[in-house]
Amino acid sequence: MEFWKDPINTIFASLLKSFTSGGMSEVLATILIWLIGILLFVTFAMVLDIFLVWIERKVVARFQDRLGPNRIGPFGIFQPFADIVKLLIKEDITPVGADVILFNLAPIFSMMSVLLLWAIMPFAPLMVGVDLNVGMLYLVAAGSIGTLSVIMAGWASNNKYATMGAFRTVAQMISYEIPMVAAILVITVLAGSMGAVGIVEAQEIPFIFYAPLTFIIFLISAIAELGRSPFDLNEAESEIVAGFHTEYTGMKFGLFYAGELLHSFTFGGFIALLFFGGHRFFGLEELGPIVGALIFIGKALFFYWVIMWVKYTVPRIRIDHMLAFNWKFLTPLAFILLMVTALVGRLFLESNWLVPALFLSNILIAWLTVEYLKSHARKEREKEEALKPSAQMTQH
Amino acid sequence: MQITQILFLIFAAIILGSAFKVVTTKKMIHAAFWLIVTLFGVAALYAMLNAGFMAMVQIVVYVGAIAILFIFAIMLTRKELLDSAAPLNKNWTVAALFALLSFSGLFTLLNNWRGFANTAPELSADMDTITELGTALVTPNAYLLPFEVASVLLLAALIGAVYVANEAKSE
Repeated sequence: MEFWKDPINTIFASLLKSFTSGGMSEVLATILIWLIGILLFVTFAMVLDIFLVWIERKVVARFQDRLGPNRIGPFGIFQPFADIVKLLIKEDITPVGADVILFNLAPIFSMMSVLLLWAIMPFAPLMVGVDLNVGMLYLVAAGSIGTLSVIMAGWASNNKYATMGAFRTVAQMISYEIPMVAAILVITVLAGSMGAVGIVEAQEIPFIFYAPLTFIIFLISAIAELGRSPFDLNEAESEIVAGFHTEYTGMKFGLFYAGELLHSFTFGGFIALLFFGGHRFFGLEELGPIVGALIFIGKALFFYWVIMWVKYTVPRIRIDHMLAFNWKFLTPLAFILLMVTALVGRLFLESNWLVPALFLSNILIAWLTVEYLKSHARKEREKEEALKPSAQMTQH
Repeated sequence: MQITQILFLIFAAIILGSAFKVVTTKKMIHAAFWLIVTLFGVAALYAMLNAGFMAMVQIVVYVGAIAILFIFAIMLTRKELLDSAAPLNKNWTVAALFALLSFSGLFTLLNNWRGFANTAPELSADMDTITELGTALVTPNAYLLPFEVASVLLLAALIGAVYVANEAKSE
């Protein structure tokens, strides 16, 4: 029963007992058990990653009306292992003139920036690596390490396409960080806490009902941060070969690829955590932390699927559209939402009307935004039409 | 020796070593990456002082924005940017003398300071430092005025940047 209620601490206590019974000092034993725990946790993430490759390939095949991998194992489930063998036996090429140290560090940093995020993922009440009180800031900080890895890869490859990919990535990540931080701030205002556990605890009603527009902003900026379509300008195949990872072969490329997939899953988890109550699911989480963790992983997989759905449905956007969309639309909207949420939240503090008021204000903002966009589009169209006859006149 | 002391020495060695590499390494881009190592070391020191917020802000602002801006500028200028000249010029003796003088001055100043003997007050386990920090930033008796002055300064810089960019576009 103990194990069911609090699995991590039970395992820890029993391991500590067996370690110290052999005469090991308690401090050393604790550090050792922590190291083992971290190793197991990271291994879990990596093994999950192997299956994410299969899920990704299967889902993209369905979106494109294909079958996907179906030869190795039932439903092709062992396909990723064949992929891994292929990646391992490929020739490892370092381009001439490459900066060897940075070139090799970049894939490691890329993977690291994702695995760092797993430290604060609250799978269930007692199953969380560390409950940082600045958890959401930590999310942003780990993202900046990801940006760094892309710059490293792009610069160290000694390839113009790779450098261009790196430029695009930096422009994109630095700009989309701003609406993302504003969206996280809205959640912080609602939860009164920046820690992941505190945010989950505050969601008696999931935050999606408090802030539906914020959810959309977070989803868009998360996809941009991940560099997936429609924001995959950094590896646009039709323009710059493969962007920052053009020169990478074998397992080094594999690390970038696996990092991207795991990053998507991790962001799916953060969407579940920030807007859909983390491990909460109609009181089912009362059954125990393990059930909670399963619910959390299920939600994370669902939002991972949503990110894939967007990726394989929407075409790539142009770089000026990408920047204009962020700075002229997403950022102002995110800040307006932050101000409105803070104001309405303050006015209806401790009242039963908090959720309806916030929801209605979100609907109002959405309606006003759509109306503004419509009038803006009409103005643009009129300008274009005013220009057209004169253009025809010069032709004749 | 306590574990925190050992950790402090490790981080201090990392900070000093990478800061030394920043000024001695020949390639500009390597200097920028060594600078990032230094900044991470400083963030680790903040984390050791129970200032998690400062540590995270250090990484977000310095590594995530400023260092990346440095690298961006270096990447946009030239490929190699090798510093081929000798790293020392003929004024190095004077510079070394001034450096030594300021170091000894600081050393004597800090040697006479009694603040080192103070031990930091113990934080209670349930104290939320970030809530305290947030409250302090908007309390008139605490840091409201510096906070507001800093925000006005940043707003002025923002408006200035937009104005300058707009002017360049209209020309």
